[in-house]
Amino acid sequence: MKACLTFFRMRLKSGLQYRTAAWAGIVTQFFWGFMEIRLYYAFYEASPERFPMTFAQLTSYVWLRQALLALFNAWSFEMELFDMILKGDVAYELCRPASLYGMWFARSLALRISRVVLRCVPLLVVTSLLPAPWGLGGPASLSAFAAFLVSMTLSACVCVAFSLIIYFSCFFTLSSDGVRMFTLPLVELFSGALIPLPFMPDGLAAIVQLSPFGAMQNAPLRIYSGNITGKELALVLALQLFWLMALCVIGYAMQRQGLRRLCVQGG
Amino acid sequence: MRLYMMFLAMHLKSRMAYRKSFILYLFGQFFSAFSSFAVLYFLLDRFGEVKGYTLSDCLLCASVMWMAFSLAECFFRGFDRFPGIIRRAEFDRILVRPRGLIFQVLCQEVEFQRLGKLLQAALMLGVGVTLSEVAWTPLRCICVVLMVLGGAAVFSALYLMYAGISFFTLEGLEFMNCFTDGGKEHGSYPLDIYGEGLLKFCTYIIPYALFQYYPLQYLLGRGPEWYALLPLAAPLFFVPGYAVWRLGVRKYKSAGS
Repeated sequence: MKACLTFFRMRLKSGLQYRTAAWAGIVTQFFWGFMEIRLYYAFYEASPERFPMTFAQLTSYVWLRQALLALFNAWSFEMELFDMILKGDVAYELCRPASLYGMWFARSLALRISRVVLRCVPLLVVTSLLPAPWGLGGPASLSAFAAFLVSMTLSACVCVAFSLIIYFSCFFTLSSDGVRMFTLPLVELFSGALIPLPFMPDGLAAIVQLSPFGAMQNAPLRIYSGNITGKELALVLALQLFWLMALCVIGYAMQRQGLRRLCVQGG
Repeated sequence: MRLYMMFLAMHLKSRMAYRKSFILYLFGQFFSAFSSFAVLYFLLDRFGEVKGYTLSDCLLCASVMWMAFSLAECFFRGFDRFPGIIRRAEFDRILVRPRGLIFQVLCQEVEFQRLGKLLQAALMLGVGVTLSEVAWTPLRCICVVLMVLGGAAVFSALYLMYAGISFFTLEGLEFMNCFTDGGKEHGSYPLDIYGEGLLKFCTYIIPYALFQYYPLQYLLGRGPEWYALLPLAAPLFFVPGYAVWRLGVRKYKSAGS
């Protein structure tokens, strides 16, 4: 916990150095969100009865996703960590008085949070000021908002646990490019980053819902606008918790295996 | 040209040194583009059609866009790394060599990894063309080729502009992604579904519509024949692109020794 806070402070400071970059990022995210909503609106106009959620729910989903992009995105890897494994610098990390897994978990989480803190506020403010169906609506209810907060935390942790698995796979493949190129499109598609899951064919959506990908951003974004409620909500939260633990166990096992095989050349 | 071929061979050789990773990467690139097409498929599968465009129409449109973009990306991506080149003052070296500036930047980086994307785009284009319900005539075939080339020209000019702007900002402008990657992603759907205003913007400011919307109307039998020749006007976008680039080069001050 303390390690996480320290990393967070470091990250926030270095993130604040690049304010122009942050602004450019915000404008980009706004533009993307806007274009996407326009696209869905065209479909909505064509046949509103086939729209799997209300239009206001969709806009909330898109804006919230854009605002929290840095928290959930699949491709926020630190090349530094891959390099550490490849170059053997990971040995230094082992000397530190904290477990490797815990430390990297804290570090990745801190990176995501610091990025999102810098960027989400302007986007949230501007989009909630937009007129009714176009902007970010309020949460469906107070309890939905509470569930959203819980789910958001779980979801961020699931993303981190998943990215750690990718990092540690580098112990075995020695080159991260291939693995990343394979998994990223999958994560993007199935976690709801490209298209909300309800828009997928029903059978596929039901399966993806149960997968670890469904436990990523899909859950909190839909809980917020009341697209997931009642019994389903409980199930989704339980699934998130389950996948978080499962991914952590897998990642930790991979780290142990990797370190056992690891042989760092001195010098 | 011969020199460029030599550079190509050089880059290819250096990639081939890590063959397994290279091949995996190619495959990865190949798959990564599928997710975008999957989204397109999901949406049109659910809704049937949008503004009178069916799945096959959109597929054709998207595949042309991807092909154009991958062509530009494959050869002009050198400009994407350009902010780094300026910051490390590597541009000095480029300035003193007796060859064209643009030519040299192009040679700096050729992304063979993008070949996977190119291959995938070509495949999708094949699928898009065969599935489409267009009544093919020679002029329509030429029209598709023109669309691809015109699109590649516009995206390349955008990269050039990006490089020109980075002379002033010294760092990558994420904002430009709206127009390159964003153009590709959002341009996968016929532009008029985004409404009148955006179509105008894409006709007169950044001419996506010249190689996408108008020729597509002709292909689908909804527009007059001269729409087919509009992609020929798209390379005009190189004029502002080149102007920004020149402006940037003139302003360049070296950062290092």
